[in-house]
Amino acid sequence: MNLSIHLDTTVNHAVVQEIEDDNLVPAIEAISLNVYYADFLAVREVDIAIQKQKITALIGPSGCGKSTVLRAFNRMNDLIPVARTEGEVLFHGQNIYSQGVDPVEVRKRIGMVFQKPNPFPKSIYDNIAWGARINGFQGKKSQMDDLVEQTLLGAALWDEVKDKLQDSGLSLSGGQQQRLCIARTIAVRPDIILMDEPCSALDPISTLKIEELMRDLSDDYTIIIVTHNMQQAARVSDFTAFFTLTEDRAGVLMEYGNTTDLFTNPKQQVTEDYITGRFG
Amino acid sequence: MATINPRETLDRALQELLDEILVLGSMVEEAVRTAVSALKARDLTASERIYEADEKINKKHFEIEDRCIILIATQQPMAKDLRLLAAVIEISTELERMGDYAKGIAKINILLGTEPLIKPLIDIPRMADLGLDMLHRSLGAFVAGDAETARAIPKEDDQIDALYNQVYRELVTYMIADTSTIDRANFLLWAAHNLERLADRVTNICERTIYLATGEQRELDRTDDELIHFEKKYKD
Repeated sequence: MNLSIHLDTTVNHAVVQEIEDDNLVPAIEAISLNVYYADFLAVREVDIAIQKQKITALIGPSGCGKSTVLRAFNRMNDLIPVARTEGEVLFHGQNIYSQGVDPVEVRKRIGMVFQKPNPFPKSIYDNIAWGARINGFQGKKSQMDDLVEQTLLGAALWDEVKDKLQDSGLSLSGGQQQRLCIARTIAVRPDIILMDEPCSALDPISTLKIEELMRDLSDDYTIIIVTHNMQQAARVSDFTAFFTLTEDRAGVLMEYGNTTDLFTNPKQQVTEDYITGRFG
Repeated sequence: MATINPRETLDRALQELLDEILVLGSMVEEAVRTAVSALKARDLTASERIYEADEKINKKHFEIEDRCIILIATQQPMAKDLRLLAAVIEISTELERMGDYAKGIAKINILLGTEPLIKPLIDIPRMADLGLDMLHRSLGAFVAGDAETARAIPKEDDQIDALYNQVYRELVTYMIADTSTIDRANFLLWAAHNLERLADRVTNICERTIYLATGEQRELDRTDDELIHFEKKYKD
């Protein structure tokens, strides 16, 4: 593990990145990523390689651009009319912002779980089956049943819902709804799962269940989570990226490294100040 | 409108902990100083009082540890705050063990009872003075987060090791010359050994200060000169 520091003169801050391990493979990589909302530069010159089958937490004060960066990873910002993206996001060697890349296809491979659980107003079964069907699933009913069961098992929800698959997804508790949303995301077998504050609306036990689920899922999926809860980032993630605001209110990446290092001995004073509650 | 300091509670609690470490340090200094002067003066009453002082030291150590555990549970400290609490727990333990050394020296005085010392104490009080001076400054460096001073202090351990070797050679000479002094010489050797270990524990405190200031976990160089005597003799 080597420490590399490069001074990014365009933004006048030192980005400390401390992830160098031959066993790690990037799953997705942002290169010189800028995101604008109309004329406002929300995220400036972000370079970050997210590691495959690891959990990466994006943390930082409100308005630092962490959710914008998260949404840039599956072109979710495209849905905001005034949003504009510069730079590259490489996924399997391909810039997902290149002309000709279908954002719907990108979102199939890179799924997203939102802050508030948002199951479809359909049965638990259909919440899972729907995604498969619109993605061209042609199998028999028994094969769909298997897919639903396997997916709900994967989301650690099967035992709780197996006897009421035809009940509405909205009849579940908040934590169960969120796991249903995670199940819906993994039903289409993405490579990457983006999570935007997935536990902020949940009670502590439901939160811990989601965190345990994330750990299990990271055997097969790459997970990127935005969280305001630093203890959650410390508990659940392998790597942490700390973003902050510059004077012109653009979000920048300040430090990125092993979660244990970042929370016990951060390299940047501004990271230390944030995680010890001196600002933010 | 007055600004709200989001760290006010935590900062106050951390400052109180540092104050408490200094209080515990003073209690230990006092106990060691009294134990050695009581041995020198053969004052058995003063030595008995060290037992009471040790109980207070143990109690203070547990209080400090409890405060740290509560802060970890309630404040979820990170980075330097977390390192500070980890360091305080460790330093408190080091100080508690130093208190045990004081009690050990008091016990030696009581065991000697009415027997006279085989020699006037000169080097043992010097070891105590040097060790306690190192301890005092090491705690000052800790509360100031002064890694530079913390790196320098352990080097002074060589003087204490040299004194220990001197005491050892002198006492062995007594034992060889007159076997009836073996018990009493051994008692003094234990007292000297306790003081030598006290100085080693000062090095541990300095390591914690460096950890607090830099996050670096590293054992500081120690010469272990007190063993050179044996290494030379039993090398082969």
